[in-house]
Amino acid sequence: MVHIKRLQEDGVDIIAIVGEIDASSSIELDLAIAKSVGEGYRKIIIDCQAMEYISSAGLGVFMSYIDEFKDKNIHMVLFGMKERVMNTFSILGLAELLHIKNNKVESKQLINELSI
Amino acid sequence: MNYQYNIGCSLTNLKGIRDFIREALKEQGISDINSSEIVLALDEMCSNLMIHGHNCDPTHILELHIRIPKSHTFVFEIVDEGDVFDINQFSEPEIGSLVNEKRKGGLGIRLVKSIMDNIEYVHEGSKTTCRLTKVIE
Repeated sequence: MVHIKRLQEDGVDIIAIVGEIDASSSIELDLAIAKSVGEGYRKIIIDCQAMEYISSAGLGVFMSYIDEFKDKNIHMVLFGMKERVMNTFSILGLAELLHIKNNKVESKQLINELSI
Repeated sequence: MNYQYNIGCSLTNLKGIRDFIREALKEQGISDINSSEIVLALDEMCSNLMIHGHNCDPTHILELHIRIPKSHTFVFEIVDEGDVFDINQFSEPEIGSLVNEKRKGGLGIRLVKSIMDNIEYVHEGSKTTCRLTKVIE
């Protein structure tokens, strides 16, 4: 079960994941990111502070956007992962393919630098 | 000590599977990080089986067993009746190729193989047991 919340700050779309992302709920994450892109956001921050779990279905959603974001000059930064969630990204080496920061301030700083 | 949990092949039941494994491992004093890896590996195995072996038919049942050893080798078994979905038959794709080919599959298999020490399949009559073992010091 997952809840996805979106809020906008300074032209950045912040997508907050609350709960667990698995094979049954990863579609919610996919839809939220697709909606953000569809609305024209070029800076997307994923708030993972309340994400309790992610399986490969959720990781696959993030990975599926990597090329599209490069082509469209869209930037995405994730932040606030719990240790056990970060471990899942690390096992697969995804921490090197995605931008991951500790908090929202650092994420905004990075996404503004990337967008220059 | 052994634990058993039977569940229908619906992806909405994955949460129940994760809670069952977390509780059992917590009772055994397994650390949060070890437990979360095992939960992840079994979630991946069960969702693969539900999707590829049972077309997410909730009337099809998976049996989960956790066998707590006297030594450090924990045994996790998933028993089902259906087409065998043997992850040992699948090679692990490189992460780079997963991005380039936009493949969403393949990550789960990679995770399971990274986390578990051994994965084997045993066939008995119409039943297949997938046995995953993990040494936890």
